[in-house]
Amino acid sequence: MAKNIREEFERWEKTTLNKVISKAPEREPSFKTTSHIELKRLCTPLDVADLDYCEDLGFPGEFPFTRGVQPTMYRGRLWTMRQYAGFATPEETNKRYKYLLEHGQTGLSVAFDLPTQIGYDSDHPLSDGEVGKVGVAIDTLKDMEILFDGIPLDKVSTSMTINSTAAILLTMYLAVAEKQGVKSEVLQGTIQNDILKEYAARGTYIYPPLESMRIVTDIFAFCKDRVPRWNTISISGYHMREAGCTAVQEVAFTLADGIAYVEAAIRAGLDVDSFASRLAFFFCCHNTFIEEIAKFRAARRLWAKIMKERFKAKKDESCMLRFHTQTAGCSLTAQQPDNNVVRVAFQALAAVLGGTQSLHTNSRDEAYALPTEDSVRLALRTQQLIAYESGVADMIDPLGGSYAVEALTDEIEKKSMEYIEKIEAMGGAIKAIESGFIQGEIGESAYQYQKEIETKKRIIVGLNQFQIEEEPLRDILRIKPEVEQYQKEKLAKVKKERDNTKVKETLALLKKAAQGTDNVVPPILEAVKVYATLGEISDTLREVFGEYKER
Amino acid sequence: MARKIRVLIAKPGLDGHDRGAKVIARALRDAGMEVIYTGIRQTPEQIANAAIQEDVDVVGLSSLSGAHNNLFPKVVQILRDKKAEDILVFGGGIIPVDDIPGLKKAGIREIFQPGASTEDIIKYIHRNVQLE
Repeated sequence: MAKNIREEFERWEKTTLNKVISKAPEREPSFKTTSHIELKRLCTPLDVADLDYCEDLGFPGEFPFTRGVQPTMYRGRLWTMRQYAGFATPEETNKRYKYLLEHGQTGLSVAFDLPTQIGYDSDHPLSDGEVGKVGVAIDTLKDMEILFDGIPLDKVSTSMTINSTAAILLTMYLAVAEKQGVKSEVLQGTIQNDILKEYAARGTYIYPPLESMRIVTDIFAFCKDRVPRWNTISISGYHMREAGCTAVQEVAFTLADGIAYVEAAIRAGLDVDSFASRLAFFFCCHNTFIEEIAKFRAARRLWAKIMKERFKAKKDESCMLRFHTQTAGCSLTAQQPDNNVVRVAFQALAAVLGGTQSLHTNSRDEAYALPTEDSVRLALRTQQLIAYESGVADMIDPLGGSYAVEALTDEIEKKSMEYIEKIEAMGGAIKAIESGFIQGEIGESAYQYQKEIETKKRIIVGLNQFQIEEEPLRDILRIKPEVEQYQKEKLAKVKKERDNTKVKETLALLKKAAQGTDNVVPPILEAVKVYATLGEISDTLREVFGEYKER
Repeated sequence: MARKIRVLIAKPGLDGHDRGAKVIARALRDAGMEVIYTGIRQTPEQIANAAIQEDVDVVGLSSLSGAHNNLFPKVVQILRDKKAEDILVFGGGIIPVDDIPGLKKAGIREIFQPGASTEDIIKYIHRNVQLE
């Protein structure tokens, strides 16, 4: 059969195709994906001739998970619709969460402000102007109690975008659950806890890499017994993609970071099968529809192979790449913001066709500010339209077997692996970050992308083509400057009312643990419970671990 | 031969979104300017001091975290206090249009919003910096 197709294909090229092309050339001399993969005009069975169905694709819920991590995928349960949200005070954010839950959202996702993410209290001089801006401000357990007031933590799953201060926010969450009478064993959720990509792209690091990795593995060890259903890390390509890297680089850098975490945990004495099933991933979904779908499938297959072949994982769950997706913030334009609704819909659809476990859809006004309530609802509705009206959730991996999708899945896997090998040759992800290699690659891709836009090699509708005269959007969410003062006053009150002797004692115990080799998470939990502040706990660790400075 | 225009691209505050700052730094360099990039998490004092020490003609401030109303005017104020008000300060990032008049009043000469091209910024600098 194969020979027949080849002969027919060549005949088609020489006759039917050639007749047209000789008169009317195609729009471009060649077509490439964002990862510089040259796209064929037409894929046929010839492009997937080497594919071994059982080995390379297999069945949903089975190794290598190319077609999905669950046996029934969305026929069983839809993906979790999880809008990343948080702003101003815990009081206001609590209202937004209740609003989202009322409108059919099925999980929470907490955005913290920058001081909370970098270990400064609201009254720290470096917090000036930042309190409550990109997320909610949390200084003490008191704020966390307000944030989840009236939200039953045994019923929702909560994802927290928190990295260098992840242990503090996680233990605050556990303390709130305890007050609600919820056992930590039943809690479900995720902490991002992916410090490596903070050095590479996102920038909320505090401590140097090795000390940070120790906190990460301490969290793995703590959670495996105490919070067994919690995802202890969300290894994230999202922010590197947003910083400008390509789809292939996103897969490569993310999985290279994943390898570094698994190695660190094994070095810390953990058995691979005791923690690997709690590793989660987080990817971006950008504009190029087919490449993005193929990217998710390639990442799943590649990670499964790495876990089985390199780390000798025995359990299937250890090899499963489960992931959250967010649509591409950097693809949103301030020009003609309604166009963003359409962009987000395409991106969300690709994420679903790629088999995501949870999804955040961006809002139309995010090139201006954090989204308003109305625009968040529209973003959530976009997911609901895909889930309930489009029908794509009713078949598993419906694009599997498409010649084009399978060929691209192969190509992305191959190119990502080449990159990972290059990083391994440098000594792994930590070394590649310390030497600035990954940052350099991201910066180069970002610059090329911008040049393509400016030279119109890449068309962005409404930005460099199809522009109109328009007024900028004015109806946006504004964070009141009073938020900072309000947080400061609340913090001062907590400090006055708490037992300061106990705070000192627990911080001293934390310092001792940090100086030695004991797990730092239990003493952080004790400090949190007596209302030690996020800044005090972070400062205690700063004294022992030092601070990282960007090179 | 005329000397090159010297530019400091700076990231005030805790914001780590440095894609725009880095792209602009490189574009200005490719346009023949001498560019120093501060890296992230700089205080207004650090930025003003670096601008004076490096003897730059222009400072470009980038922020996407919403702290611009606090931080941008402080940079200008410190430059004035140190008698370096001749340095041209412009800004960019996620900055609501209604904040622009206040920032301009505080001495930030221009604000570039999402979608601005590096070409626009290069032209703006050439138009507004006279080398003696």
